[in-house]
Amino acid sequence: MSQTMNETEQPPAMATMQARSAETLGAARISIRGVDFFYGSNKALKGIDLDLPERQVTGMIGPSGCGKSTLLRVLNRMFDLYPGQRAVGQVLMDGVNILDPGIDLNQLRSRVGMVFQKPTPFPMTIYENIAFGVKLHERLSKSQMDERVEWSLTRAALWDESKDRLNTSAMGLSGGQQQRLCIARTIAVRPEVILLDEPTSALDPISTLKIEELIDELKEDFTIAIVTHNMQQAARCADQVAFFYLGELVEVGTATQMFTAPREKRTQEYITGRFG
Amino acid sequence: MAELAEHIVKSFEQELTRLRALMTDMGGLVERQVALACDAVLARNAEAAVQAVESDPKVDALEREAEQFVIRLLALRQPMAQDLRHIVAALKITGELERIGDYAKNVAKRSLVLDQFAIPSPLSGIAHMSRLVQENLKAVIDALGENDADKAIQVWRSDEAIDDIYNALFREFVTYMMEDPRNITPCTHLLFIAKNLERIGDHATNIAEMVYYAVKGEPIPDDRPKGTSPAYAVVPPSE
Repeated sequence: MSQTMNETEQPPAMATMQARSAETLGAARISIRGVDFFYGSNKALKGIDLDLPERQVTGMIGPSGCGKSTLLRVLNRMFDLYPGQRAVGQVLMDGVNILDPGIDLNQLRSRVGMVFQKPTPFPMTIYENIAFGVKLHERLSKSQMDERVEWSLTRAALWDESKDRLNTSAMGLSGGQQQRLCIARTIAVRPEVILLDEPTSALDPISTLKIEELIDELKEDFTIAIVTHNMQQAARCADQVAFFYLGELVEVGTATQMFTAPREKRTQEYITGRFG
Repeated sequence: MAELAEHIVKSFEQELTRLRALMTDMGGLVERQVALACDAVLARNAEAAVQAVESDPKVDALEREAEQFVIRLLALRQPMAQDLRHIVAALKITGELERIGDYAKNVAKRSLVLDQFAIPSPLSGIAHMSRLVQENLKAVIDALGENDADKAIQVWRSDEAIDDIYNALFREFVTYMMEDPRNITPCTHLLFIAKNLERIGDHATNIAEMVYYAVKGEPIPDDRPKGTSPAYAVVPPSE
């Protein structure tokens, strides 16, 4: 895990760019198979089968309570933090079921990072916000850590705005900057998958567009899943869109297909604003 | 496709209804314009010709209104799925209707010139063609009003018959011209009239394609059988 900056800053992956223009979906990075989820006795997800294509963006949409955020929390076992919540079925990553009890959760969460609805910077300096997570997983020299912080902030489109104030408190950043800091913190540990749970719902439109642009750039390197209530956002960001309703996956397809000619009546009614 | 529920935002629903009304109004107007133009030719009815020509600015105005309305809907409502398809189809369909109006106007104008000439033959071929074109136009405007993809596909298929008649008329008129040079002026006008009617049929077919796409979310599946084009027709000179 001690690659140099040059190795990680690759040009846009041709495969991804081709996939995007051809509007086809790549091979699965994560395969969800027959996943049920329970809050106590309440079944919140019912038999979900879904692939997250590698280095593409999967948008998850659906009305409140449909299970989309729940599924996101399954993908890095965030639900393990809460008693009474359990998932059954398979979530396969490199052939390993991450729902297996024997899985190292710290390692899993370094591979599958998550960004939440509200920016959650730690009450530390900007630099320490990034370095904190990295230190848990890797032992880097000061100069290596400096490089990693710069790389993360650059990839998160925050470097220019923060490079002169790295040692000031992260709480002094604007909401949009704080959210980009959280994304920088997530990618600093070099995950393979990034989960975004309504990452722009607390942001103004311009900050939102910056995050969306960032998502577009990040998918060159990462597989991304984004939960959003904003249909236009899913249309702008996602390659694949999955529509959930009452704990079921109703329909999944390319963003183009889902937003121009969805197959299921319920999908049509939801995305055209007829119910939800 | 099963009927969808109404929009949560009622004003959007009303706007879509209004767009549909704009389209069907325009369709009705153009249908009448074509009927008048055909009557002007077949019955040598100069009054009908004038009416057909005079209703064209109204058709053009409706097209501009529909265009502005569609731009506004796209900007303000950001429609998705079938709403998006219907709105984009409306933009294209009103464009097609406007072109049909132009052809009808041209037919009507030529009818006024034709009135000054002796016609070498009965106009039964043109009459037959105009009947088919008007039937297709009416059927496609009905399909539009009722979101009827099956009816749209019927229109799309039946355009071939119109093309066949046009090819026959092309040969007929060229033959008349070869028989007697005095036929050249009226027959040239008749050729253009037939061509315009054939084009009206093609635009009706385009509308059928848009209706089908708007309703089904996919293009009409099979390729339409194409007859031989009059562009390659040869009428050998008689000795």
